[in-house]
Amino acid sequence: MGDMVKGNIAMGEAAIRAGMHIYCGYPITPSSEVMEYLSWRAQEAGRQFIQAANEGEAMYMVYGAASIGSRVLTASSGLGISLKQEGVTYMAAADYPAVMINVCRYGDGLGSLESGQTDYKRETRGGGNGDYRNIVLSPSTVQEAVDLVYLAFDLSEKYRNIVVILTEGALGQMMEDCDYPPMKEVPYYDWAFDGKYTHGPYPSQMAVDLHAKGIKNNEKRAAITENEQRWEAVGVEDAEYVLFAYGIPGRVVLGIVDELRKKGEKVGIIRPISLWPFPQKAFDSINKNVKGFISVETADSGQMLEDVALYAKKKGFGNVPCYFISSPPGVPKSKFVLENFEAIKAGKVKEVF
Amino acid sequence: MAKGKKVPEKILRQVPFCPGCGHGIIVRLMMECIEELGYNDNVLIGKPVGCASLLDNALAVDTFTGAHGRNGASMTTIKRLKPDMLVVSYQGDGDAYNIGFSETMNAAYRNEKFTVITINNGNFGMTGGQMAWTSMPGQVTATSVNGRNVELSGMPIRVPEMIASSFDTAYVARGSLFTPAEIKKTKSYIKKAMQAQIDGVGHSLVEVLSPCPTNWGLTPLASMERIVNELVPYFPLGEIKNKGGK
Ligand SMILES: Cc1ncc(C[n+]2csc(CCOP(=O)(O)OP(=O)(O)O)c2C)c(N)n1
Ligand code: SF4
Repeated sequence: MGDMVKGNIAMGEAAIRAGMHIYCGYPITPSSEVMEYLSWRAQEAGRQFIQAANEGEAMYMVYGAASIGSRVLTASSGLGISLKQEGVTYMAAADYPAVMINVCRYGDGLGSLESGQTDYKRETRGGGNGDYRNIVLSPSTVQEAVDLVYLAFDLSEKYRNIVVILTEGALGQMMEDCDYPPMKEVPYYDWAFDGKYTHGPYPSQMAVDLHAKGIKNNEKRAAITENEQRWEAVGVEDAEYVLFAYGIPGRVVLGIVDELRKKGEKVGIIRPISLWPFPQKAFDSINKNVKGFISVETADSGQMLEDVALYAKKKGFGNVPCYFISSPPGVPKSKFVLENFEAIKAGKVKEVF
Repeated sequence: MAKGKKVPEKILRQVPFCPGCGHGIIVRLMMECIEELGYNDNVLIGKPVGCASLLDNALAVDTFTGAHGRNGASMTTIKRLKPDMLVVSYQGDGDAYNIGFSETMNAAYRNEKFTVITINNGNFGMTGGQMAWTSMPGQVTATSVNGRNVELSGMPIRVPEMIASSFDTAYVARGSLFTPAEIKKTKSYIKKAMQAQIDGVGHSLVEVLSPCPTNWGLTPLASMERIVNELVPYFPLGEIKNKGGK
């Protein structure tokens, strides 16, 4: 059994283990411990750390660091990630890798410090201009957060694509047992600037044939969609209702489904771990006679719900109603979710799609 | 007879700046300094968004495409992770002093050990000559058609003086291009700025007063005269700070 570690600190350590060369960020609750931890731990491990003047500056630092092939991490929350978006889209245009942790708070604007999932759309669609998509991974335990941060650097490098770890305040602050993966020392990637003009001119962002590059990008996105879907599913083969929930709600709903199934109810859960690519393959094992899909999110409006409906249609479940359970800021209460689920089953709630 | 100087090896082609533009001269000076300091094969240039975008594929050195104004941040991490590489940020005044003011000042504030060259042409050249923070009082630009009203928009900004007086950096200077002697002086400032970086003394910045005949609506010659008569009195030339080598 491993140590009891706070989610944010565990993610910082996982980044060090994954060979992160540099961290650039600006403090914001509930993500700050990632940065506070790395402010001394990076140096101890022979890596670097910069506190930027704001999140935008931090992202342009990330952009520079990625251009010379280093493994680079930034972390923030909600509106801090909003500030980064110009840098994110520049990095997408340049095909640069990086890992960005969003320890999500709840709501628009400054929002609430309480745990939330209101950034789903921004992260899965890409919050900046253009056509790009970030790979988005969402853990529901501290151990999974560690494993996904560790994996994120490799995926980011493999596809030359930003990987977002979308987690929530509650997980960042929670203490749980976790085992760390082995320590890696990674050299700078060799496709990058080395000062010697080894790779010739870097494709200019304006002078390239953007449409041709876009078509190549589509191929990359298709490969990611094919290879990188991750999810956990329980009970979907015979389910009359399938609940969808990720992150902390995913964990709560797993517990609910487990209990209901013990009582003989035919209910299942799909807990997406990759939010983009959305785990559409998970639909392949769902009971063809399912009566409804229910997305449970810590958000006012069904953000993931739209993906559930979209992929339901694609996978031949176009006539299955899709419902939404909006859990208030914080960790969803089982009783609240159960009551809403009962109301849906009783036909008291109208489907959204 | 005066001998023509060889074009630096790392300049691949002519860059289509407008006739009489200062950019071409400054790029050449920068590349000459890099070559003379022996850094042709250990250098990264941060390219901004602005008329210097025309540098695309013109230089046979690693050239980073910055986000508009943000190279102060991007060069920071590049230099920290590659401390032996010569890192030069080439930026327009709109890029470095308007949209990128925060990044430019913060890099100087932290005394990041790279070199900045800013092109002060008093407007946003690339986008059609809008007002920059460097535009002179009364200057007619695309966004100050009745002349810059400094009561509403502030007096022209002197970033080199701000940096030199406030931050513990290595080298700050302002040069110009209106005579061969001035060009030579400017080159010596750029070289000293790069040397300060190489010696690890600290952050260095050279601003160059540079003509933009196209947007000033003047001939190349009249543009140079404007620099002498209108700009130099407000933007004094010379070394503003020189901490010297180690
Ligand atoms: C975020 C963003 N805002 C606006 C622009 C449009 N833009 C491109 S260059 C430029 C100004 C360039 O002026 P300057 O830096 O002085 O360079 P010059 O062209 O005069 O050399 C502007 C406003 C942009 N590219 N990106
Ligand atoms: S617009 Fe001005 S700064 Fe730009 S290339 Fe032409 S003269 Fe030079």
